[in-house]
Amino acid sequence: MEPPLTGKQRSLAEAIAENLHDGDSVALGLALESGIPFAAVHEIIRQRRKDLTLIGPISDMAFDQLIAAGTVAKVIAAWVGNVAGGSGYGFRRAYEQGQPRRIVMEDHSNFTVGLALKAAAMGLPYLPTFTGLGGDIVRGHPRIRPIDDPFGGPSLLAVGALKPDVAIVHVQRADASGNAHLWGNLGLTVEAAYAARRTIVVCEEIVPDDVIRSDPNRTMIPGFLVTAVVEEPGGALPSSVQGYWRRDFETFLSYHNLSKTADGYQLWLKEWVLDLPDRPAYLRHMGDAALARLRVSDRRLAAAANFAP
Amino acid sequence: MIATYTRKELMVVAAAREIRDGEVVFVGMRLPLLGFGLAKATHAPSAVGLFENGVIRDRPAEAFIYTMGDPPNIVGAIACLGLNDVMGLLQQGRVDVGFIGGAEVDPHGNLNTTRTSGSGSLVRLPGSGGGGDIASLAGRTVLIMEHEPRRFRERVDYITSPGHFPGRRRGGPATLITTLGVFDLSRGQVRAVSLHPGVTAAQVREATGFPIAVDDAVPPTTAPSTDELGYIRRADPDGFWTGDKRKGE
Repeated sequence: MEPPLTGKQRSLAEAIAENLHDGDSVALGLALESGIPFAAVHEIIRQRRKDLTLIGPISDMAFDQLIAAGTVAKVIAAWVGNVAGGSGYGFRRAYEQGQPRRIVMEDHSNFTVGLALKAAAMGLPYLPTFTGLGGDIVRGHPRIRPIDDPFGGPSLLAVGALKPDVAIVHVQRADASGNAHLWGNLGLTVEAAYAARRTIVVCEEIVPDDVIRSDPNRTMIPGFLVTAVVEEPGGALPSSVQGYWRRDFETFLSYHNLSKTADGYQLWLKEWVLDLPDRPAYLRHMGDAALARLRVSDRRLAAAANFAP
Repeated sequence: MIATYTRKELMVVAAAREIRDGEVVFVGMRLPLLGFGLAKATHAPSAVGLFENGVIRDRPAEAFIYTMGDPPNIVGAIACLGLNDVMGLLQQGRVDVGFIGGAEVDPHGNLNTTRTSGSGSLVRLPGSGGGGDIASLAGRTVLIMEHEPRRFRERVDYITSPGHFPGRRRGGPATLITTLGVFDLSRGQVRAVSLHPGVTAAQVREATGFPIAVDDAVPPTTAPSTDELGYIRRADPDGFWTGDKRKGE
C-alpha cells in the first residue's frame, strides 16, 4: 500500500477526479510543443469525462486524443493538429463528420488565446490588440469585438477574458505546497495558471521547499494558486521536458499514422490508455530502451545566482 | 563541379536570403527553423530570432530540432519568456520579418489554414497558430507554400492570415517562396522574381489558380552555395526537412 498523500499532494487520478468535472473548461498544452501533460490527458479519458471545453494555443496531439475519445464539446484554440504531421485526424472527424460527436470550435490566433488568458489573469474584462485585423478569425467572433481607443488612436480589437475552470501544467519541480519551478519556453503556462479557478501542477519531482526558495525567480506559479500537486515523472511524454526528457518524435508520428481512421484510433486508445491503469504502467509499456533513449542524463547547469542579503 | 541539391534545400536557402543582417526575425515552423539557422551561419550573423513559445535566440540550435520547443532550441538561448512577451514585441513593431506557411493563398497574399471546401467537401485544417499574428503585425512577411493549383486560389475560403488590405497598419506579404519559384507580393499582386532551375513559366501558370506575372525571361533561383548546403546538411543530417521525401507524410 502506498502511503497516503497529504495536503495538496495527490495521485494524478485523484487530482483529476477531484478537480475536473463533466462540462468544465480545461486549459492544457500551454507551453506549446513541450511539457504537454499527456498523463493527465490519458487519465481524463480513462475517467470518461464528457462535455469538456478545451483551451490552449496549439495543443499538439493532446487535444486530438481528447476529442477523438468523445470527451469534448468545445475547443477554444489557435491550432489543433499534430506538429509531426499536420492534420489532427480525430479533430477532423469530429469537426467534419460529427464523429464520435459534434464539437464547437472557437478559432483564435496564438496571441488572442494569450490575451484572453492574460486578461483573466489580471482580473480584466478584456485586453486590446491590433492582431487579426483584416482577417476572418476576428469577424463575428464571440470573444473578440472592435473597440475605439479612448485616447484617440486608431480603433482596435478587444479580446474578452477567458477564465478556465481548470489549468493543468507540467513543470520540472515543485514543493508540496505547489510552488512550481519551470524553465525553458513558458508559452502561456503562467497566464493560464494565474487565470484558472483550479490549477493542477504535475511535476517531474517534488522537492523540499528550500529548493524553491533558493531561486524564487524560477517560481512561475506560486503555490497558493495551486489546488493539487502531482509527482508524475515522465508525465509529459512523448513531449519534451527541458533537462529531463527529449521529444519522442516517433510516437507523435505513429499516432498520426494510426489515427487516420477511427478504427486505428481505437487500437491506439485501447493499447496506450484504456488497458493501462496509470502513467507508470505507460512507461513500462514503452520499455526500458525507449525510456533510456529519451531520458536526459547530461548536465548543463545554470550558473548559480547569489541571493545573499 | 555542380552541387546537387533538393528543392526543399533550395527553398531553405531562399528563405534564409530573405533575412538581412541585424534583423529581428519571427521564426515560424518547419523550413524557417532551418532558414533562420542558415542565415545566422552565413550572411546574417547579427540576426535575432523570436519563437512564439517565448524563446529568443541569437545562435542556431545546437542540434537537429523538429519543433521550436525541442530541448536543443532552449540550450544557449538568450531568453526563455512567454508567448505574450514575444507577441508583444511583434505588436510593438520590433520584428522586421516573419515567416508563415499556408494551405491556400490568394493574389493578395491572404493565407488560409483554417478550413476549405475547395475540393468539394469540407476539410478542417489545424488553424492559425501564430500565423495570423505574424501576418498582422510583422514588418514584412515571407510566405512558404507548396505550389499547386488547388492551393493557389482566386479567393481563399477563409482568411486566417491577412495579406494586403486597405487600412493595413504595417507590413504585409513581401515574398512568396514556393516549390516552383520565388515571387514578389509586396504590391498586392504576385510577380515572379526567380524560378527554380528547370521550372518553366508555363508550369508556373498551370500550377497557379489565378493570373500571374511570369514569363521565360524570369531568371533562375540562385543555386545554394557549398557553404549553404554544408550548413543545411549538418543541421538536417537525415534530410527530414530537406530530403526528397518528407518522413512525416
